[in-house]
Amino acid sequence: MNATMRDIGPYFALVLVGFLPNEIWRVLGVFVARGIDEKSEILVWVRAVATAVLAGIIAQLTLTPPGALAGVALQVRLGAIVAGFVGYLLIRRSVFAGVLCGELALILGAYLAP
Amino acid sequence: LIAMPDEYSAGRAFFAGLAATARSVFAYVLFGTFLGYGALCHDLSFSLTWGLVSSVLVWAGPAQVIVASSLGSGMSLVQAAIAVSLSGVRLLPMVVALLPMLKTERTRTWHLLLPAHFTAASFWNESLRLAPGVPRHRRIAFCNGLGVGFFVPTLGATVIGYLAAATFPPILAAALLFLTPMSFLVSTARNSRQWVDKLALALGLVLAPLFSYWKLQLDLLFAGLLAGTIAYAAHRLRDRSA
Repeated sequence: MNATMRDIGPYFALVLVGFLPNEIWRVLGVFVARGIDEKSEILVWVRAVATAVLAGIIAQLTLTPPGALAGVALQVRLGAIVAGFVGYLLIRRSVFAGVLCGELALILGAYLAP
Repeated sequence: LIAMPDEYSAGRAFFAGLAATARSVFAYVLFGTFLGYGALCHDLSFSLTWGLVSSVLVWAGPAQVIVASSLGSGMSLVQAAIAVSLSGVRLLPMVVALLPMLKTERTRTWHLLLPAHFTAASFWNESLRLAPGVPRHRRIAFCNGLGVGFFVPTLGATVIGYLAAATFPPILAAALLFLTPMSFLVSTARNSRQWVDKLALALGLVLAPLFSYWKLQLDLLFAGLLAGTIAYAAHRLRDRSA
């Protein structure tokens, strides 16, 4: 139960810990999708759940971020994600414009409010 | 979107997919994100080859960060595998939502394994957006081109990030890590054309932090299931009254 990477080596650990637990959901998805028609109503629900889980990941990565991003103040991170979204809405609904606005806001904010 | 004649070969569809990645904002987002991932692998003393192999095998940004940081910090393998598996649950509904759009009556199950492996936020968003403009019987080839194309900036950036890690100032590292939530948010908003998807996105943004604040087990999964189901129920009610 308490084995670590040192016991089995980095590549075997990658397959056991990284590849298999992640890939199982994709393979499962292939089999679940087998009997489903593109126009079926259940796909509307499945897409809503997929979108909502992705939204959860966005919230998690912004509120409790990994690594160096945790060193940027929470208000700056929240302000930057809002700035990026507003930039996307205002500038022709462009994803590129949104990402650029958010990144600029983050860098500016991190300089002004370290 | 992309107008194509019907006597269109699988090879041409594959290259059209490959070329579409160069015009995708995700090529740049992936480049930036994996500069950060390469630097992370370097800092945790993994080899460059390990970093590249992990990108090809796992191919999901959040999961890779968990794998590298948990293995690198000596966490137990079982704990690390559980954390990765939880972050990967979102791939199941993504695959289920995408594949019916790609298959024909003659599609074999094994033809769908490669597009399923490529499924991650970037590929999923771009496939949902671009595949409807491709003739149905060439959509798998097109999406395989898209998937292979996304590996070019990913693997290139992993190498550059790994080699340049020591020169990265903290603010750059933070900005690279911020690319993932920022690009996921605006691209998912762009793809949410229907009212039900917009509501699911908004509810997920609110419910997931609440569930995690209340320290519920499997918070991401349950928040997503609940938010998606409420959005769907609201959509059904609205349809009925319309």
